[in-house]
Amino acid sequence: MTDKENSGILLYAQLTENNYIHTVFFELADKAHELAQKLDGVEVNAVMFENPENISGLKESFQNMGISKVFYFDDKRLNEYSTVNYSTLFINLVKEIKPEILLIGATNQGRDLAPRISSALGTGLTADCTGLDINDKGQLAATRPTFGGQLMATILSKKYPQMATVRPNVFKVHNVDYSAPAQLIKKEVSALDGIKDNIGVLEFKKSVENVLNDLDNAEIIVSGGMGLKDKKGFELLKQFAQKIGASVGASRPAVEAGLASKDIQIGQTGKTVHPKIYIACGISGAIQHTVGMENSDYIIAINNDPEAQIFDIADTGIVGDFFEIIPKYLSLN
Amino acid sequence: MFKIALCVKQVPDTTDIRWTENNTMQRDGVESVINPYDVYAAEFALNIKEKLKKDAQITVFTMGPNQASDMLRELIAIGCDRAVLISDKKFAGADTYATGKTISAAIKSELPDFDLVVCGQFAVDGDTAQTGPCIAQFLNIAQVTYVKDFDKVDDKSIVLNQELENGTKKLKAHFPLLVCVLQGNFEPRRPLINGIKKAQKAEIMVCDANSIGLDGQEVGLKGSPTFVSRAFRNMSTHNAKKYELSADDSAKLLDETLKNKISQFEK
Repeated sequence: MTDKENSGILLYAQLTENNYIHTVFFELADKAHELAQKLDGVEVNAVMFENPENISGLKESFQNMGISKVFYFDDKRLNEYSTVNYSTLFINLVKEIKPEILLIGATNQGRDLAPRISSALGTGLTADCTGLDINDKGQLAATRPTFGGQLMATILSKKYPQMATVRPNVFKVHNVDYSAPAQLIKKEVSALDGIKDNIGVLEFKKSVENVLNDLDNAEIIVSGGMGLKDKKGFELLKQFAQKIGASVGASRPAVEAGLASKDIQIGQTGKTVHPKIYIACGISGAIQHTVGMENSDYIIAINNDPEAQIFDIADTGIVGDFFEIIPKYLSLN
Repeated sequence: MFKIALCVKQVPDTTDIRWTENNTMQRDGVESVINPYDVYAAEFALNIKEKLKKDAQITVFTMGPNQASDMLRELIAIGCDRAVLISDKKFAGADTYATGKTISAAIKSELPDFDLVVCGQFAVDGDTAQTGPCIAQFLNIAQVTYVKDFDKVDDKSIVLNQELENGTKKLKAHFPLLVCVLQGNFEPRRPLINGIKKAQKAEIMVCDANSIGLDGQEVGLKGSPTFVSRAFRNMSTHNAKKYELSADDSAKLLDETLKNKISQFEK
């Protein structure tokens, strides 16, 4: 590594379109404090593209998360996410404040933004980490799944800042009390003046299914794979889900076969979830899928193939036909 | 002439991964295939070419060993026009930063007046989803990621549909531009008879580090800011109990297990 002039941890506080802080920020903040302790208690700071005073309760949230400083940009050109506007300001800020670690949520926006920043700064970026730690040399050791989750790799960076993205729902949030209020620091946006963004948003259609079927906060998820055979199988799965108050997920093959929509796909190329109960129905258990749900507290698998890999990671495995068991279950209750 | 750079990658067939006794990945004898998302990227580029009434040219870029030429010829057979193989022993061990730098340097060198760069959103081996945005940053152009399809295109701009976590966004973007493409709803096209002939005759351009203006320090492992310090097999911690019962008893077991677990977390 080069001579270290970088210090502290910077987190990206992404806003959702309803002007809430994305939950992944709180997960990052929690993990950042764990890392900061191993780095002699360095500061944990945040950056956002909105005035935090405009969002009620946000200042208190930052204090509760132990954020020392919040750097923010406030300009109408930042109301809508723009790769070029956001990355330009973000890059300038990182050059100025020189964090040793920069963490960004691996949301669609985070995955769009982070590689622009790392490339511009000549540093590395470890995507979709499932584990972050500080090694005995004080470096960020970022662990991520590769090859569809079949191999885990721990990656180090030779350059600063050491950058990583982490998916929502990978880290858990613990309750810690911090007393010092966050210091809010407004930054200049004059760098935007010379930029012409040649991308304009024409319309945004919110997915209705997504609101009704919240996978991020669900306590129970029932999920279907190719064993459900067709859309009728997914209808039965939805009845089952309604009965027990669960959200519905699907494996990649089921989505690719058109049985379920892409936004409910769980796995390496879909969502990562950790509900209290996960019920996998007709899912073979390819690692591509299990890497997105294996952190669930309790896993029940229903599959008619006794050799299915899903049984290797389940807590309760039921060998049998989904189309026979579920109607019988529904008639019991 | 509208110029498209299509970036593709050959990946090990991840459905066929075997392990050595030491839990490291067995790489010998593993077949290489085109990254599945790059098939959609190719289709996206070919659709644009067709919409522009053939007044468009697609140049395929890939970074990899000589054997990747076969994949490039297959892409010419389905309608791509030219192919560039970016190949050099010095490129080995490149991370996404070094890869983005190398591919962007090849595009600057072989197709400097491009209008559009098309990439797959993910590669199934590394699955970082970041090589596309890295290339865009090095080319200093705009990007749109998570693109599902496009509504209309002319030689100045394109209307794209972007699929996000919570909905879809329709965007109008002006060229030059880089897009990262998700899976689309189509059957991958088959090679045309004259396409196969064209592919056999096609000359694959080969670039090494020197010819695209990069020195050995900037590429491959040496030019990569990140490195893998440890790789290990992913092992599960769940403790399976597997039951083979009648459908009635299975339903009862499911009922009991759910009631039991739900009452636990409601406490």
